[in-house]
Amino acid sequence: MSAALKYAVPVALGIAVLALWEFLVRHYDVPVYVLPAPSAIWAALVENFASLMQSLWTTLSVTLEAFALALIGGVAIAVLFSQSRAIERALYPYAVILQVTPVVAITPLILIWVGFDHINLVLVIVAFIVAFFPILSNTTLGLKSTDHNLIDLFRLYGASRRQILMRLQFPTALPNLLGAMKISGGLALIGAVVAEFVAGSGAATGLAWRIVEAGHNLEIAKMFAALALLAALGIAIFSILSLLEWALLHRWHESAIKKTA
Amino acid sequence: MTSLLSLTGIAKTFDNGVKALGPVDLEVQQHEFLSLVGPSGCGKSTALRVIAGLLAPSAGKVEFPGGNPETAFVFQESTLMPWASALDNARLPLDLKGVARAEADMRAGRALERVGLGGFEKSFPRELSGGMKMRVSIARAVAAEPKLLLMDEPFAALDELTRQSLNDDLLKLWREDKLTVIFVTHSVYESTYLSSRVVVMGPRPGRIAADMALAAPENRDAHYRLSPEFTTQAAKVSAALRNAMVEHA
Repeated sequence: MSAALKYAVPVALGIAVLALWEFLVRHYDVPVYVLPAPSAIWAALVENFASLMQSLWTTLSVTLEAFALALIGGVAIAVLFSQSRAIERALYPYAVILQVTPVVAITPLILIWVGFDHINLVLVIVAFIVAFFPILSNTTLGLKSTDHNLIDLFRLYGASRRQILMRLQFPTALPNLLGAMKISGGLALIGAVVAEFVAGSGAATGLAWRIVEAGHNLEIAKMFAALALLAALGIAIFSILSLLEWALLHRWHESAIKKTA
Repeated sequence: MTSLLSLTGIAKTFDNGVKALGPVDLEVQQHEFLSLVGPSGCGKSTALRVIAGLLAPSAGKVEFPGGNPETAFVFQESTLMPWASALDNARLPLDLKGVARAEADMRAGRALERVGLGGFEKSFPRELSGGMKMRVSIARAVAAEPKLLLMDEPFAALDELTRQSLNDDLLKLWREDKLTVIFVTHSVYESTYLSSRVVVMGPRPGRIAADMALAAPENRDAHYRLSPEFTTQAAKVSAALRNAMVEHA
């Protein structure tokens, strides 16, 4: 399939669906509080542009902060795990507990501890908890998947632990880490949104709160507009991380090799 | 001739109780091309790793009378870093020793040229054939100008033509650099073609069953492969290997 066709097909499909949606809503006179037409959603987006952008920025900054913390924390602890089996044995169960406990259930507790005055911090913590584990678990796996013969070779040439870590284990773990980052980027956004829903008071002013607020006021078109922005944000995060993955791996990694059929 | 390496009573029992090796006594002279031949699981690889210092023996002593030689190791797989170009891979030992980048690049580049990979410096392992990857692996081994080259069935996974061509290139490096090579192989023919000395090991726990010096012309080539001399030598090695198996049974 040619490159142009690769993009043209999904775009054409999207336009067709939107057109059909618009037509059906108009033709059957569907009330706007049930299902607004794409044109009405667009109008709501334009009308509330300033407040929606403000909220988008809040959600984005919470997501990015949580993601950065998850990345730094996850990699740091994975390095610790790869250097000491004892530390891994001691800590890993608690990382798992943190992962399997539904974050919605912990959020009220975090809210009480951190306080309503620091609502953004609450959101960052919750999003961090959700995004952290995939990075930790995949990076740990990657760091441990190092070719034993290569480690032997490094030792033969008198390499230090640090050289083995930086020159051998990190590059080995890079594909795992990048894959985990794609998952965690999306999860950080989900965490930020979920936390805001649970916090729910209006103290936080991200996109999730706009959705709640619009729901209360039966401004369904505005709900859709906020939802569309959330989806766009998720797609943007995923795309940037995919691009990063491609940039770092395409020269050497199997996953990036084009298959010539 | 001076002794480069001396093994005394070397034995290895693994943690799980498997007796892999020994006891083995072996004296290796400078500039020998010594092949270790034996059935699978006879401890040849274990012996090689003990010599390299990658594995501590359970008993016995490894000594280098002339001081620890610069040692290189070539594995059965090419064992390259997939994210690094051929040049970066060949430069690894120099990088780890802290050789300045410009000089290291030059030496690694020359090593690649010597194994016939001039022009492939920037290629990544996935862009190279199995034989070429093994050549990078050999370039990496000689880049640090070793005295002792340890090779663990390096050509076992290659096709016959590639293997023969690598055999010849290896002999050339051995001659030019006055290397001492210890070469582990399954193949009677390969060991006969390459070696100045063949040590035959019996099944587990590996012990030395035969130790023979091979008389062979310095310049071995395709003609030597077809000569009656070669056939006679190969038959000797083959018989020794069969004896080692039978004695054990």
